[in-house]
Amino acid sequence: MHIVILTRSVPDTSAMPAVGADRTITWDNPELVINPWDEYAVEEAVLLKEAHGGMVTAFAVGPAADEVALRYAVSAGCDAALRVWDESLIDAGPFGLARVAAHTIAQIGDVDLVVTGKEAVDLNTGAIHLGLARALDWPVLTFVAKIIEFDPTAGTITVAREVEQGRQILRSSLPAVVDVVKAINEPRYPTFTGMRKAKKLQIPVRAPGISPGVRKSAQVVVDVPAARTGAVEIIEAGTAEKAALLLVEKLEDERLI
Amino acid sequence: MKVLVWIEVFGGEIVPAGLEALGAARQFGEPVMAAVFGHGLGDVPALLLRYGVDEVFAIDHPTLADFRVEPYAALLASLARERGARVVLAGATTYGRDVLGCAVFELDAALFSDVTGFVLIPGGKLKATRPIYAGKLTSTELVDLDETVAFVTLRARAFAAPKPGASAGSVVHVSPALAEEDISTKQVAFESGTGRASLTGARVVVTGGRGVGGPEGFELLRALAEELDGAVGASRLAVDAGWIPYEHQVGQTGKVVSPDLYIACGISGAIQHQAGMRTSKVIVAINEDPNAPIFELARYGIVRDLFDVVPALIAALRAKSD
Repeated sequence: MHIVILTRSVPDTSAMPAVGADRTITWDNPELVINPWDEYAVEEAVLLKEAHGGMVTAFAVGPAADEVALRYAVSAGCDAALRVWDESLIDAGPFGLARVAAHTIAQIGDVDLVVTGKEAVDLNTGAIHLGLARALDWPVLTFVAKIIEFDPTAGTITVAREVEQGRQILRSSLPAVVDVVKAINEPRYPTFTGMRKAKKLQIPVRAPGISPGVRKSAQVVVDVPAARTGAVEIIEAGTAEKAALLLVEKLEDERLI
Repeated sequence: MKVLVWIEVFGGEIVPAGLEALGAARQFGEPVMAAVFGHGLGDVPALLLRYGVDEVFAIDHPTLADFRVEPYAALLASLARERGARVVLAGATTYGRDVLGCAVFELDAALFSDVTGFVLIPGGKLKATRPIYAGKLTSTELVDLDETVAFVTLRARAFAAPKPGASAGSVVHVSPALAEEDISTKQVAFESGTGRASLTGARVVVTGGRGVGGPEGFELLRALAEELDGAVGASRLAVDAGWIPYEHQVGQTGKVVSPDLYIACGISGAIQHQAGMRTSKVIVAINEDPNAPIFELARYGIVRDLFDVVPALIAALRAKSD
């Protein structure tokens, strides 16, 4: 049984990007971490491995910075890591990256499941794994809050996924691509042994093997969103009741209630 | 230049995100096509004509009764291709992101997720703006529609629904793209939510954080939300502490909401939480700590114990409606 985690590094969520004069992003050397959503993917894969045996490989299509994510994944229980990259991918868009990822997964062969977090906290697109599924012609199950049943021998997976109106219970065939939300589990802390293993690991880097193709849209500019205007009006009144009444009045004046 | 809108329906009704997508489509001032999928669509296709749609493609078939991304995406892609759509729109709901996120790869098109604004510039170029880095920045991307089709999912409440008027278009019934035996995924069951207002679509959201102290405190916030016909949200801390389920989490690793009124109770307002609510129209903060960062975002603040203020608010609102 072989599960692959698709992951990458992102700037730590408390880091603040700045916008340069040419309206591109500038960073002040932020700390890199594994994409937070992917921690849940790693934990879920490790739980499945503990139940079914087999192995889990952490996989990134990206530059050396993504090794932060890969090493974290290994420290939290993945058995191996793999990175695919060369300069032909620098301007690749989601479609190109998805095709390259699919090509590699197909080369690895015998993969039962690809798991990833629902989106990356930086670009928030949440689509590369959809393209990956499409390129492999595998089913994709998104916003998964629980893997109810996973049977690599029978080749089926049943999940509960969160949608606005409730939870959809879906059964699909394996191999499949799954993205997970926080509700699915509580990621364990990396163990000391895991961290040592991750630190020593030589992560193989492969060339993409196929061309990513031309990017479909051009990123033009980045801006800081308009700051919220106005200072806060602190409602002071002798009692909580008076403050509440004043607030209700003001909200009524603004036609909010 | 043709625009195709995928209209999401649930329980036989068009969801608000679907109407917002129609409102966005009409911004182009070009012919608007709509596609609606399901089983037992009833008068939904005819209703869409009243929202200014020139051509409604209605696909009413058992294979489309439950939402599954394979048949839905295959169908949307084939419609977009056959009807020559240059822009495909839908709300960035769970289903919307799935359908457009998969269909885009069928057409080798460009994808813009969770867009908050767009404009068509002369020369057939589309400029779309979307939040990135959890809303800390906005990215504006450009695509040449003569070369590439654009698939755009729209952030909830970023666009206004159109007002209904007279119908002028036509409904076309089309067959699905995939047969049941070609679809690998089956819906086994559907568990309805609590029926309380969905967070991302809510006009009013009442959120609780550390100050709420436990699950019982959230009962109080629910009572306030009910008075305001709103939804209840929670900070990551409250969810991680087990006080309220994850589906209520607002923030960088939760949901992003943009209500008209956001009432933050006992929430400090860390950057990761701000990512989920900073585009709210009016923010009210109730926190005993006058230095809490949330007060920098708020229009109104009350520096008091939420357990004194919230019951008082409920009482004031009830008195008002008596």
